[in-house]
Amino acid sequence: MRDFLSASWAIYAKDMRLEARTKETITGALVFAVIVAFIFGFAFDPSPRIISVVGPGIVWVAFAFTGVLSMNRSFANERDRGTLEGLMLAPLPREALYAGKLAATLTIMLAVELVMLPIFLVLFDLSLFNVWFALTALVATVGFAASGTLFAAMAAHTRAREVLLPLLFLPISLPVIIAAVSGSAASLDGDGWDGVGMWLQFMMAFDMVFLVLSSWAFQYVLEE
Amino acid sequence: MVGRILLMAVSLALLANVVLIFQYAPTASTALGVQIQRIFYFHVPSAIVGLISFAVAAVASVLYLKRRVRAWDRVAWASAEAGTVFFTVAIVTGAIWAKPVWQTWWVWDANGTLTFVLWLMFITYLVVRAYAPTTERGARWAAVVAVLGAAVAPFVYMAADWWAGLHTERVTGPGAQGSLEDRMFLVLMFSLTAFVGLFSLLIVQRSAQLANEEALEELRRQLI
Repeated sequence: MRDFLSASWAIYAKDMRLEARTKETITGALVFAVIVAFIFGFAFDPSPRIISVVGPGIVWVAFAFTGVLSMNRSFANERDRGTLEGLMLAPLPREALYAGKLAATLTIMLAVELVMLPIFLVLFDLSLFNVWFALTALVATVGFAASGTLFAAMAAHTRAREVLLPLLFLPISLPVIIAAVSGSAASLDGDGWDGVGMWLQFMMAFDMVFLVLSSWAFQYVLEE
Repeated sequence: MVGRILLMAVSLALLANVVLIFQYAPTASTALGVQIQRIFYFHVPSAIVGLISFAVAAVASVLYLKRRVRAWDRVAWASAEAGTVFFTVAIVTGAIWAKPVWQTWWVWDANGTLTFVLWLMFITYLVVRAYAPTTERGARWAAVVAVLGAAVAPFVYMAADWWAGLHTERVTGPGAQGSLEDRMFLVLMFSLTAFVGLFSLLIVQRSAQLANEEALEELRRQLI
């Protein structure tokens, strides 16, 4: 167990150090998220009545799409620099590699979401700083990252990875998107556990199933 | 020989099916649309066979990942191809029925959403195969997609069910509320049997064809 944790930590720390030095994933994802928010501002009439209906949807479309971007970088980097073979040769269990990569992707996605919150708040006047929304976002992002990390490893090996990753990732994460939008809508309406709770439980069940399944399937994806 | 008998039996059953649907099955009450209701005998069996094909693809994929026997992969592949067609039929017939009866082509209820998502997963399954760098990897990745797709199915169903307030009364399966007339039920069961027969025929033929393709490829490799 300690070996497993230290191996995952090594992968995680490596990815974080890389991101801290280059900042390429975070910058790209953030700018993209701002652009998505901006486009939605014009796509819908941003009057308070309409925003209260479509607001949660806007937030989660932006998060899901920027999530795809962050996931893609996680393995595309390794692939482009030829370091993926090195990782595969490294004496660590595949599950540890998966866990490290997952944690790194999750950290980056959460960081982007955190920065996006004030921007959504200003653009759409959504009261996003409440604990139920934060919980929804956290649990949903774990769900995104669980299957996304697996599929990013798959997509990185193909020529058409920018096309393949959304195709793989978005249908699988549809239940999370539905639950996250509904949960956020409830939390923005000021419902507490009564409104948000069932969606949170639903997403936690999803997270657990897909964390287990994806870490099991990871070995088959990476095998040469 | 077995294939030929199956082909004869399925052809006869499908012919008899059409006669039964248009002659024997009683005309529906106006609530379901009068003559258009007969599309139900195509719609429900193709949706059910689509679900069966997904289960077959997922089980065969797990067996392939575990045992690496090519035959399992061919069964999963054939099942995915046939399933795509059955889901397409289910979606198209559903839309044709819904337009005059519900005044809309598409409703985001749990059944429709699940069918649509599983159809998407099958498309992804086939796309992953086409994009993979080697056929062996394509087979493994597609198997992973089938397993994760099967795992996500109950979540999609539940999420969409909670999300949508609008439902039709389900006539069969869990939560059934109405009941079918005896003759309607009989025709439905006959049609389902015929469709399952057609599905098995397609699986047998297509996986044999895939086996031939592989043998041919192997021969070519030996010759060059």
